[in-house]
Amino acid sequence: MRLIAAMSGGVDSAVAAALAVEAGHDVTGVHLALSPDRQTLRSGARGCCSVEDSHDARRVADELGIPFYVWDLADRFREDVIDDFVAEYAAGRTPNPCLRCNEKIKFSAVLDRARALGFDAVVTGHHARLADGELRRSVDPAKDQSYVLGVLTAEQLAGAVFPLGSMTKERVRELAAERGYAVATKPDSHDICFISDGDTRGFLARKLGEQPGPVVDAATGQTVGTHAGAHGFTIGQRRGLGVTVGDQRPRYVLGIEPVSRTVTIGTADQAEVDEVRTGTPTWTGPVPDLPFRAQVQLRAHAAPVACEVSLAEDGGLCLVLGERQRGVAPGQSAVLYAPDAERGDLVLGQGTVMRAGERPETALS
Amino acid sequence: MTYLDHAATTPMLPVALAAMTEQLARVGNASSLHASGREARRVAEQSRERLAAALGARPSEVLFTGGGTEGDNLAVKGLYWARRTADQGRRRIVASPAEHHAVLDSVEWLEKHEGAEVTWLRVEPTGRVTADALADALGDGGDVALATVMWANNEIGAVSDLTALAAVAHEVAVPLHTDAVQAIGQSPLDFAASGVDALTMTGHKVGGPMGAGALLLRRDAECTPLLHGGGQERDVRSGTLDVAAIVGLAAATHATVADRAERTARVAALRDRLVAGVVTEVPDAQLNGPPLDDVVAGGPGRLPGNAHLSFPGAEGDALLMLLDARGIECSTGSACSAGVARPSHVLLAAGADPARARSSLRFSLGHTSTDADVDALLEVIGPVVERARRAGTGRR
Repeated sequence: MRLIAAMSGGVDSAVAAALAVEAGHDVTGVHLALSPDRQTLRSGARGCCSVEDSHDARRVADELGIPFYVWDLADRFREDVIDDFVAEYAAGRTPNPCLRCNEKIKFSAVLDRARALGFDAVVTGHHARLADGELRRSVDPAKDQSYVLGVLTAEQLAGAVFPLGSMTKERVRELAAERGYAVATKPDSHDICFISDGDTRGFLARKLGEQPGPVVDAATGQTVGTHAGAHGFTIGQRRGLGVTVGDQRPRYVLGIEPVSRTVTIGTADQAEVDEVRTGTPTWTGPVPDLPFRAQVQLRAHAAPVACEVSLAEDGGLCLVLGERQRGVAPGQSAVLYAPDAERGDLVLGQGTVMRAGERPETALS
Repeated sequence: MTYLDHAATTPMLPVALAAMTEQLARVGNASSLHASGREARRVAEQSRERLAAALGARPSEVLFTGGGTEGDNLAVKGLYWARRTADQGRRRIVASPAEHHAVLDSVEWLEKHEGAEVTWLRVEPTGRVTADALADALGDGGDVALATVMWANNEIGAVSDLTALAAVAHEVAVPLHTDAVQAIGQSPLDFAASGVDALTMTGHKVGGPMGAGALLLRRDAECTPLLHGGGQERDVRSGTLDVAAIVGLAAATHATVADRAERTARVAALRDRLVAGVVTEVPDAQLNGPPLDDVVAGGPGRLPGNAHLSFPGAEGDALLMLLDARGIECSTGSACSAGVARPSHVLLAAGADPARARSSLRFSLGHTSTDADVDALLEVIGPVVERARRAGTGRR
């Protein structure tokens, strides 16, 4: 196949590109310039597409003897990922920018351009298994990235190659070291790549300004304080609420209402939900017959829970959870899996969480 | 492999390679007083005389440098500092916005850190700077530290009339520097006859080694050093002379100047065929820079090996990638340090819109170019442009 290897400068994409070359594919390396304010040097484990990262990616491409180019996708990234991230928080939701980047940049803008230029697919260093069009969790549960790929459609997955899904991160580093790549010991990246200091709240405050509003305790119905901006809160959040309540029970964020900027908090039992409604779903393969039983993962790194999936009247999904869950935030993706211990849990598709609450039957009983 | 990027670097001439290789095997620091040192000095000074003769300079006007970037930095900063030191009122730099970054960034650094004021010259749509534009910018020249205008543009090949520009500058007693990196061996060039005060050249654009060049500096031009130390080069530039590189530099410069007329006629004919062929294959391709048969000061108005074309609706970096995959090597304008393609500042300075600047490619021919190179490009350019257009511009 003719492949575009998306090379971030990290160890995963380096090894993915190497494995693609070694498998006999015709590979061209591409580093994506995404950041609007490019940093010269990487700061610790944060940030991406600095000049240093671009250099690291180029070094590996040169060792592999493959062509290497930098594609400037900063405008698309700003519109589709950064602006979306800010707008979602402004609307009281909690977005996942990595998922959005895979959906709109890597497997849309990059894949479309690759296909137009005569390539068959994009190879990346994502930790997920992909074979015969089936997307599954990585063998390395700590590094599994299937959650942020769950939004990809069959058409997008047909243009994706993930060589690392069947190996652990440790093995990836070994392969890099065996090949003599300096990135073998480069730290993993964490956090959000376009917030180089890691201070998401500060980033949002700079973008959105101070937007004070009330904090209301659902347990008592009373206003118990004010906040500097609803964008500083996420559903299910417990720490840093900045208010004190009469009883000693911990409080959690239950809801964010962007127009009145009201942040509602409540007790643990009030924060738990057992029904989730999503927007229009996407599917990684053929549309399944509804309803069906599956597992759902409600945010990155969360443990999956059993659920019953049915179609809601608005075209979204209704997920009835087998166990009550805390911290189900609108804006996050509810990714559906068919459990498969042997070959890896199969990703079926996903819907964006619109709201979560108590199942009516439960409330009545 | 079809190499159409001679303006980036051109293969070493066999005479330069042989001379340099021979010298590399010899020991001797040209500053040493013993026999080995004297022999190294003899070879270095012979090379200085040879280089000076080829370019119409006196040997004492040749300062060996580490290449074009150093020559440009030394001339721009050194002339600025010396002139400002002599008269604090002289802080203005008059420069073309189509210069190489070695000049542009030096000028902007002086503006940011050394109190310089900058007047950017008007550039013709061809990329050329006229004597009228320079005269307008200089005014009475009383507050001007220096003017700098390149002899020939590295991207779109425009040659300016430096003799006329030097006359204008000298009327108001302003020293003129020229970056002639692309012009040596391409345009008729005589340092003394041109009247310019400082001229930058480098080895690897003329079939010599990388990392070696020269600044030709008139003996009456005051220039503050960038590199302090042993004072080897007229106390304006310090550093142990790289004798082998200097030998290669002089041999290449001598050879490229000697066969200029015959070689450039052949290369220009190839270039003309390339441009005509590309326009046949891609009828809406646009030539950037001066017309192919342009004349300035009795010589070619465009570098003989330069073809710079825009392909509307296609991105330059997509074109480059597709050509690279087919074994054809050319260049887009400049890229930032991380490798992100940028619209050519030269085309923008010449008044082109950003879309035209982004859709451009430079093909540059040189002493090893053949008809087969042109044929190889013409065979693939049509389908390559068509495919790049399908990939679009990536913008909305």
